[in-house]
Amino acid sequence: MYSRAYKAAISAPPLLWVCFFLLLPYALMFAHSFWLVRDGSLVHHWNLQNYRALFTNPLYFQVFLRTARIAASVTLCSLLLGYPLAYYLSFHAGPRKELLYQLVIVPLWVSYLVRGYAWKTILGSDGVLNGFLQYLHITHEPVSFFLYSPFAVVLMLTHIYTPFVFLPIYAALEHIPRPLVEASQDLGADRRATFLRVILPLSIPGLLAGATFAFVLSLGDFLAPLLVGGPSATMIANIVQSLFGAAYDWPLGAAISVCILLITVSLLFTTERLERRWSFK
Amino acid sequence: MSAGAISQRAPSGSTLLEVRNVAKSFGAAQVLKNISLQIASGEFLTLLGESGSGKTTLLRLIAGFEQPTTGEIWMSSERLDTLPPYKRRVNTVFQNYALFPHLNVRENVAYGLRVKSTPKGEIAGRVEEALRMVKMITFADARPATLSGGQQQRIALARALINRPQLLLLDEPLSALDANLRKQMQSELKALQREIGIAFLFVTHDQDEAMALSDRIALLRNGAIEQIASPREIYSHPASAYAAEFIGQTNLLRGEIKKGVARCGSLQWKTSEGSGAAVFSLRPEAIRIADASLQLPDSVHFRGTIRQRIYSGASEVLEIDCGGNQTLRARIPASGPLSGEHEFLFSASDAVLVAESSAAHWPRAADLGPR
Repeated sequence: MYSRAYKAAISAPPLLWVCFFLLLPYALMFAHSFWLVRDGSLVHHWNLQNYRALFTNPLYFQVFLRTARIAASVTLCSLLLGYPLAYYLSFHAGPRKELLYQLVIVPLWVSYLVRGYAWKTILGSDGVLNGFLQYLHITHEPVSFFLYSPFAVVLMLTHIYTPFVFLPIYAALEHIPRPLVEASQDLGADRRATFLRVILPLSIPGLLAGATFAFVLSLGDFLAPLLVGGPSATMIANIVQSLFGAAYDWPLGAAISVCILLITVSLLFTTERLERRWSFK
Repeated sequence: MSAGAISQRAPSGSTLLEVRNVAKSFGAAQVLKNISLQIASGEFLTLLGESGSGKTTLLRLIAGFEQPTTGEIWMSSERLDTLPPYKRRVNTVFQNYALFPHLNVRENVAYGLRVKSTPKGEIAGRVEEALRMVKMITFADARPATLSGGQQQRIALARALINRPQLLLLDEPLSALDANLRKQMQSELKALQREIGIAFLFVTHDQDEAMALSDRIALLRNGAIEQIASPREIYSHPASAYAAEFIGQTNLLRGEIKKGVARCGSLQWKTSEGSGAAVFSLRPEAIRIADASLQLPDSVHFRGTIRQRIYSGASEVLEIDCGGNQTLRARIPASGPLSGEHEFLFSASDAVLVAESSAAHWPRAADLGPR
């Protein structure tokens, strides 16, 4: 048995960490969202004005809707790329499995910023894509809508989050006992039926985990719209950033953050429940 | 080996499945070497062997999870080995049951009918019938994870049998159960097979299980069939020293035959076998303690000292030192105090001449005298 002193000593650092770097900032954020700014300085006066502004000004709702749409597109695209990739690796890659797995992981070692700038270089007016299209005489002048559009944001975020979607799906597929696949075939199910009736249902927890990763991370992203999005792809996090920065309206920024936090937490709670509903052991 | 060769043909009834000269290699490792055997309709055939003997591989070739390197598999005039598993009319009971964890018992059993788009009304009736057959109807709505090993075993059986296969493949289905349940499931399995009358191909490494259940046993060793015959035939006429030792206990007597006399250490008796080096298998129960009232035909008498007694209820096994580094084991009815030197005897006809090794094998180093 461990002594009480030992237990206290070993659990103190993580508890302190959580208190100072998680609970305290959240409490501060929560408090800020009920204060206000008057004549360029913060006033500690409790009120609901920030939330009222949030729900009456349609601008915020529009930006939030756009953000959700972009996040949903990113989720869908990464699932469409990540699931087949994970399925192929787990069931059909044979001896190349390890190598391919590493190749999927490698982009995670490259800085997010570097990958963002890479997309800027590819999609820009003088970029690789436009140069290529003109070289092939498909277009005769640079196509401007590649860069600075919601499309560019979805493209960049899909590229960044596909490995995050791939990993939990791959793990779920790897955990399916292979005799189950054989049993399905033995009972007369061809590949398609085996996939739909056995493999897909048993991989749903991984699929949900991956989708949650992609959606939640995209929802809070502010760098992709900054780098490749332009004004037409401003997302909710960009608003928060400007409110905390140039606009100097911390209370309103905090109110938006509290809303996003609530949405994210309820989302995580729901998918957690769903994952548990679909996991069997 | 002539007895073995004859019984490779199915003993009675029409041939259901035929394995023709099948070999299987995984890379450089040859797991099966030129296997041929036939299974008759309604027969209970057991593939018996140590781990690595190739028995499970042979089963998987028939189920379709592996492709033979050479050779063919036929099932009543239809070539099987070129078909994918889902088109073969055989079903498998897997070693760890492989029940679908996301489906309940009823859905697991219905699976084979569902994927073949059987009408709903028919499915319900046949699932009920299958669950009754394995006495699991009250568990229809349970999830597999909540069932015990024996219960999961029954569901796996029902799930395989609902497709009405002519041949059921069973891959060590009882090995995960504890000893008592195992005995009970053995007799239920045998009764079920008799009742529904389909052929069972049963894989096990347990020779008692093979003896208790089978119509015939195919004894596999290093990827080849050592002997294939009925349990009684293998026990009384083992084809090789390996078969004699694997099925039941035995004393292997190594010696030679010269001018119609067999000599093994201090023992000798008349025989009609040809001259040369020879190995005889003498079952422990063939050796008796000599007694004035006991008369055996062609009896061979010898004296020996009892070194050890292993008591097992109705009988006990004596380890007898016959001198000259020769130890024999005798199984006798359990008796009172017994020790020291005694006279023993056996009938010469109980010492069965066996091949040192069947043609497919090299002799085991351990068999080649003292180190």
